[in-house]
Amino acid sequence: MDVLTMPRIDDPDGFYAELLDAHEGLSEAESHALNARLVLLLSNAVGDRDVLREAFALAKKAGA
Amino acid sequence: MVDVRYETAFTLYPYQRSADQDADAPVRHPVVIVGGGPVGMGMALDLGQKGVPCVVLDDHDGVGVGSRAICFAKRTLEICDRLGAGDPMVDLGVVWNVGKVFRDERQIFDFNLQPEEGHKRPAFINLQQPYFEKFIVEQIRVAQGNGAPIELRGKNAVLNVESHADYVTLEVDSPDGPYTIEADYLIACDGARSAVRTLLGHDFTGRVFEDNFLICDVKMKAQFPTERWFWFDPPFNRGQSVLLHKQPDDIWRIDFQLGWDIDRKAVVQPEYYMPKVQAMLGADVEFEPEWVSVYTFQCMSMDEYRHGPVFFAGDSAHQVSPFGARGCNGGMQDVDNLAWKLAAVYHGDADAKLLDTYHEERKHGADENILNSSRTTDFMTPKTEIAKLFRESVLDLVEHTDAMRPLVNSGRLSLPCVYDGSSLNGSDNTRMPVRTRVGSAVVDAPVGDGWLIDQMGDAFKVLAVNCDITINGLDTVRIDADPLISERYLGDAAQAVYLIRPDQIVAARWEKPTIDDVTAALKTAMGG
Repeated sequence: MDVLTMPRIDDPDGFYAELLDAHEGLSEAESHALNARLVLLLSNAVGDRDVLREAFALAKKAGA
Repeated sequence: MVDVRYETAFTLYPYQRSADQDADAPVRHPVVIVGGGPVGMGMALDLGQKGVPCVVLDDHDGVGVGSRAICFAKRTLEICDRLGAGDPMVDLGVVWNVGKVFRDERQIFDFNLQPEEGHKRPAFINLQQPYFEKFIVEQIRVAQGNGAPIELRGKNAVLNVESHADYVTLEVDSPDGPYTIEADYLIACDGARSAVRTLLGHDFTGRVFEDNFLICDVKMKAQFPTERWFWFDPPFNRGQSVLLHKQPDDIWRIDFQLGWDIDRKAVVQPEYYMPKVQAMLGADVEFEPEWVSVYTFQCMSMDEYRHGPVFFAGDSAHQVSPFGARGCNGGMQDVDNLAWKLAAVYHGDADAKLLDTYHEERKHGADENILNSSRTTDFMTPKTEIAKLFRESVLDLVEHTDAMRPLVNSGRLSLPCVYDGSSLNGSDNTRMPVRTRVGSAVVDAPVGDGWLIDQMGDAFKVLAVNCDITINGLDTVRIDADPLISERYLGDAAQAVYLIRPDQIVAARWEKPTIDDVTAALKTAMGG
């Protein structure tokens, strides 16, 4: 699935810095909550259930 | 002696000694129904109107107090219309469309369930269960007057059941002492704690949800709008949810989520619930408590809904959590499904193997109801820290974006299941709309001065749209397609023929079938 296996983000270093910035100054609990909100928002942006299911599987596998 | 387990709201079928009690040998009945709740009485009415003699045994002589089930869905009303009991329900019931969801003290969104145009019945009504049962029993009295072979026996409690290959022996207690009867078929409609199920030793397994809910039905004249209000974490029930619903007679249903570790005796005392209700309604609102009860959630099911001559229907077969109104509504679909099959076998029109499809179809329906109501419960009562975090995240986001609204699950509308893949299904036509596919309940629409649903009746029928076909022994309902009919029944097809089952389920559909196509589908729908 290309959206999960191909790089798609412009200016990857800039994106990564923004992701970390978003968490700047947050406690661990606040960061977890921010991540949860991001998962929900981005899942809705993806929309496609097959992509989401595969993303869950890939994320699980990568952490195993 | 027959124990009194609960107080009755209406006495409807006082004990009368039956001739069976003086018979020398046990009298055999074609059908005995155990349990006089909505499912048992609905089953008796449906069977009796189809000419199947049936006896209802109920250990009380009327309807129990307490509003209990209060949401009756459109399909249930259509089934009750078919049985002749729908009008008084809808006349008295409260119709609502607007729901509001609050969090803490803020309204986070509202929704309008304004039903689609062109249906005789609303998406659902709120009505106390005792009224629902009373209207069904009143219709049984009308049917009896017209010769329907239904017998209601109040204060008759089942003491023992013995199941044989093709009949059942029942030992029944009565105010005059015990007696024995036999039945070709026994239908257990005796609720989640089914005595029949227990006596026969059948499993009932599933999930118990670790939560308690306190129902406070209160009578008040306050001018709250006729809407469904749902709160997450309100000041008057911190950390938990609350639901407010209107019923007839100025009664309001309030459901307080309480959590798991509570004193179940203490919460039903006025000292506990009165201040809670007052805080919720406002200090100056006058109200009277009408019915207070505490309950836990369970989603349970039997593995098999038919065991030889014994059938299980309603809560005796499957129990769901109340959010989503799938208990009584699911039970009425059991009635809808079993009655015509049993009638067809009783009258010799179908082979007895048709009866096996009751379990096949209704287990499918019950699994869907259990899935939906478990998902609602998992949202309302998150089981883990991370589940709670996601639930809170959804609620955090919904105040900022409508995108998250569909994820908020405070109970989903009860819809009839579609019998996809049923062995009774005939051929489908994919050019026609998905919503009326084979296995679906017919979708209502205005036809002439009336409604399509009222023309469906309770026998096999042919619905011919923009064409005509005559099949020996079947009534044909012929209609011309207007835009609504076209959208609901034609799709991309120019004409259509639908074979409709007695429970108003689409058995097969075609554009241009031969007579043989239809008769073959009819045979399949009758169990082959």
